[in-house]
Amino acid sequence: MSYTKPSFSHPALPRNKVGYLKRDYEGAISTLCAGCGHDSISATIVQACYELNIEPHHLAKLSGIGCSSKTPTYFMSNSHGFNSVHGRMPSIATGANMANKNLIYLGVSGDGDTASIGMGQFVHVIRRNLNMTYIVMNNGCYGLTKGQDSATADFGSVSKSGGGESTPFQAIDLVGMAMELNASFVARSFSGDKTQLLPLLKAAMSHQGFAFIDVISPCVTFNNNTGSTKAYDYVRDHIDVLGSLDFIPKEDEIKVDYDQGTEKVITLFDDTKISLSKLAQDWDPTDKYSARDKLVQSKKDGHILTGLLYIDPTSKDLHQILNTVDTPLNQLQETDLYPGDDVLEVINQGFR
Amino acid sequence: MRDSDSVNDFVIRFANVNGTGSASANGLFAKAIFRSGIPVSPKNIFPSNIQGLPTWYEVRVSEKGYLGRRDGIDLLVGVNPQSLKDDIKSVISGGYFVYDSSKKLHDEFLREDIHMLGIPMMRLSMDNYEVPRHQQLFKNIIYLGVVLALLDIDVKIVQTLIEEQFASKPKLVPPNFKALDIGYQYARDHFRCPLPFRVEKRDLIGDQILIDGNTATALGAIYGGSTMMAWYPITPSTSVAKAYETYGKKLLVDQETGKKKYAFIQAEDELAAIGMVIGASWNGVRAFTSTSGAGISLMSEFIGLAYFAEIPVFLVNVQRGGPSTGMPTRTQQGDIMSSAYASHGDTKHPLLLPSTPTECFEMSALGLDLADRLQTPVFLMSDLDLGMNDHLTEPLKWDKNRKYDRGKVLTAADLEKPDLDWGRYLDIDGDGIPYRTIPGTHPSKGGYFTRGTSRDEYAKYTEKGEVYQRNVDRLTVKWNTTKELVPAPEYYQEENRGSHGIIFYGTTSYAAIEAMDIFKEEEQIIDAMRLKAFPFGEEVLSFIRDHKEVFVIEQNKDGQMRSLLINELNINPSKLISVLNYNGYPITSDHIVNEIGEYLSVNELVNLHSS
Ligand SMILES: Cc1ncc(C[n+]2csc(CCOP(=O)(O)OP(=O)(O)O)c2C)c(N)n1
Ligand code: SF4
Ligand SMILES: [Mg+2]
Repeated sequence: MSYTKPSFSHPALPRNKVGYLKRDYEGAISTLCAGCGHDSISATIVQACYELNIEPHHLAKLSGIGCSSKTPTYFMSNSHGFNSVHGRMPSIATGANMANKNLIYLGVSGDGDTASIGMGQFVHVIRRNLNMTYIVMNNGCYGLTKGQDSATADFGSVSKSGGGESTPFQAIDLVGMAMELNASFVARSFSGDKTQLLPLLKAAMSHQGFAFIDVISPCVTFNNNTGSTKAYDYVRDHIDVLGSLDFIPKEDEIKVDYDQGTEKVITLFDDTKISLSKLAQDWDPTDKYSARDKLVQSKKDGHILTGLLYIDPTSKDLHQILNTVDTPLNQLQETDLYPGDDVLEVINQGFR
Repeated sequence: MRDSDSVNDFVIRFANVNGTGSASANGLFAKAIFRSGIPVSPKNIFPSNIQGLPTWYEVRVSEKGYLGRRDGIDLLVGVNPQSLKDDIKSVISGGYFVYDSSKKLHDEFLREDIHMLGIPMMRLSMDNYEVPRHQQLFKNIIYLGVVLALLDIDVKIVQTLIEEQFASKPKLVPPNFKALDIGYQYARDHFRCPLPFRVEKRDLIGDQILIDGNTATALGAIYGGSTMMAWYPITPSTSVAKAYETYGKKLLVDQETGKKKYAFIQAEDELAAIGMVIGASWNGVRAFTSTSGAGISLMSEFIGLAYFAEIPVFLVNVQRGGPSTGMPTRTQQGDIMSSAYASHGDTKHPLLLPSTPTECFEMSALGLDLADRLQTPVFLMSDLDLGMNDHLTEPLKWDKNRKYDRGKVLTAADLEKPDLDWGRYLDIDGDGIPYRTIPGTHPSKGGYFTRGTSRDEYAKYTEKGEVYQRNVDRLTVKWNTTKELVPAPEYYQEENRGSHGIIFYGTTSYAAIEAMDIFKEEEQIIDAMRLKAFPFGEEVLSFIRDHKEVFVIEQNKDGQMRSLLINELNINPSKLISVLNYNGYPITSDHIVNEIGEYLSVNELVNLHSS
């Protein structure tokens, strides 16, 4: 079930630059378990879209199937949403994006949805560098089907549904894989760290190309127990935050002072900027190889590395690769597409 | 035994090794008949292989205009040692076998009852061409020259075709001409030319064209306004995608910028291909995919989503032999059931049933209209024979004033109307079809959530049984509307005359139409109806009601269309008799006539005994 919220609003509530209230970005009341990490991510999405001044109808929210994939109902009520089939959101997003290059595409998936049934589509949407933000709400289990281990469950992790036995398989690390596949934006975060997730989301949604954020998002019902590596306590104890990140909108740029020594500033295609401070010595987020090394090292150390690991702000997205016209394809009419008088007769003649 | 003297009525088969360039020479032969003004029907019988295995090219030449396959090979050009033995066996008694006599034939291969015409093709080629690859290629043209002489085909026609083929590489014309002449002269010098059956120029083609169904399908999609295609390679549907891309580059490119007005994506599998089409259609473009049986199986889950969420999808199914990988390079009408009822739960989908490339073109554009109008997956049911073989067919026509039927899509202005009570799944018009909105249309109105789970008329999630039922009952209303929108069947008589009828569809039509002529000659009264679409309208039911028994002719083992008719129209199964062909070769008129004849004679005997 989804519940609608009362729509009374105080006249003094702040509106963003495109005239919307924060509540215009909210969705129906969540029906997820109280304390589920996914709800915190939804709230951060609401905040990010509000702050990015996205007009709700210019965003399409897409998902697969799972508790995580239900969340698009709980944010951005005025946006078109599409809850598709299990693991196949990437293809829906690809088609939708091809039809209209002017919308913002936000995909939400789960670790089951992405790392198992949807693995094929996930790797290929990365390969195509589709212009979208792809969030995996990663709880190491299949929440909606009552907590079975997912492919991101760490080796040795213990879940509630496992009956005390630990996971005997090696985990798939989606972040490492995305990097291996040359994703043009790769980040990891934690549903409990809004300070980090908010700028990351804003940067991801401003990036042109495929932006992947793996968000560890504990399942309080099935995988928040002692022994689980996706439990709140475990994640808090093992998190390793890669510097701090700031998203700088175009208009704020003048006000910001960069500290050349410890900061790195990356300009995105729309002239917004990301500034990263307190950079680790051995790592440069625009250098794929250093990012991979950093990831491997932190894994070795038993840390959960979070932050923006890698970005290529100059990559070509699928529309650029396919060289499609500037007008969204869904706006082309008969007059744009009719091949012209006599053309068909010339074609016929070729078959005589 | 082959009739002695005849004109423009024979079957010739070329037996080749796959990947040796024979396709081009064989194609020239079919085109030469076409340019001689005579109806021609070429069929590729090819293996699932790129190089090395046997492949055949069978051409029926028919002054009477019969385009179906006919049993009995009158002339066989056998240049494949692997299949030689069987090839020789396949020639009709009194027929001709042309072979490469560069190497001596085994005595055991010789047949007394056919004419064996040996030509040292490879030796002639080696004497005249130096490069080994050329020797192989020109050997093909040499046998073409032989055939021209044997059948009395105008060499000039083939020369012109060669000139056209090599318009951009004129250097290749003279060596081809030379090879043609070598074969032609050799045949003239060594055999009595022409053979008793031969070619005589006619003017029976009019403005018809010779085109394969897949190219016509792709062109139909382009003219029908499809700007997005996603697909995954699978024979025999691959050439739909290839043709869409080829013509897209020519017809859908912005002249000034060189940018494409279409997106063409080779997906990672069929699951993704249909997902992309659904996403694109949901977002307001006309999108389509093409595939074959195995692909439909993979797409099934998504087809159910599109059906239930009411998203237009246009899907081309070029059927091939199943089940499983079956006979991937042979034809069949074996996906009727799996397409009509694709997916889980209660699902049903409209099928369009073209029988010529011209209909592929028209129904491709129509399919896009219907998908939009009905907001549902619509299937174009082609097959390997139709899709991959050239067929003589009416020229493709397009009314330049034709508008796409985008169906019920609300614009921003529509959404502004003060008294609008819009619900994504609300039926206002009573036809079961709701109104949809395209994402991004209006800042505050028209947004809704698309999902495959139950929801109410306003697209709000619900698990209330009565709301779910109301929704699926509306889908039945929509299904009934569909019956009025799909093409009606075609009849071959002013009014029904006899107690028996035949029903057929798709490529079965060629042989069925020929069979009807045979019935007429035998003074058998049999009425005929060609299905052009599913669901079936009232007319289909009354045709069956009007007859005591109806034969359903189709190319699959289980009589799938028959089952569909029984199931959907509540027909007594004993009334519908299957006439089936499922050996991978296109059905022949003889097969139809024999099966029906046998049934009728047995039943008349039964009737005699029981009366
Ligand atoms: C084809 C198919 N198989 C199985 C299911 C059942 N199913 C629903 S959700 C789910 C797992 C979801 O796990 P995840 O993506 O991690 O989401 P979470 O609930 O953990 O957020 C499964 C297996 C389905 N909906 N469709
Ligand atoms: S089952 Fe787990 S993932 Fe699903 S809503 Fe509850 S806490 Fe969240
Ligand atoms: Mg999960």
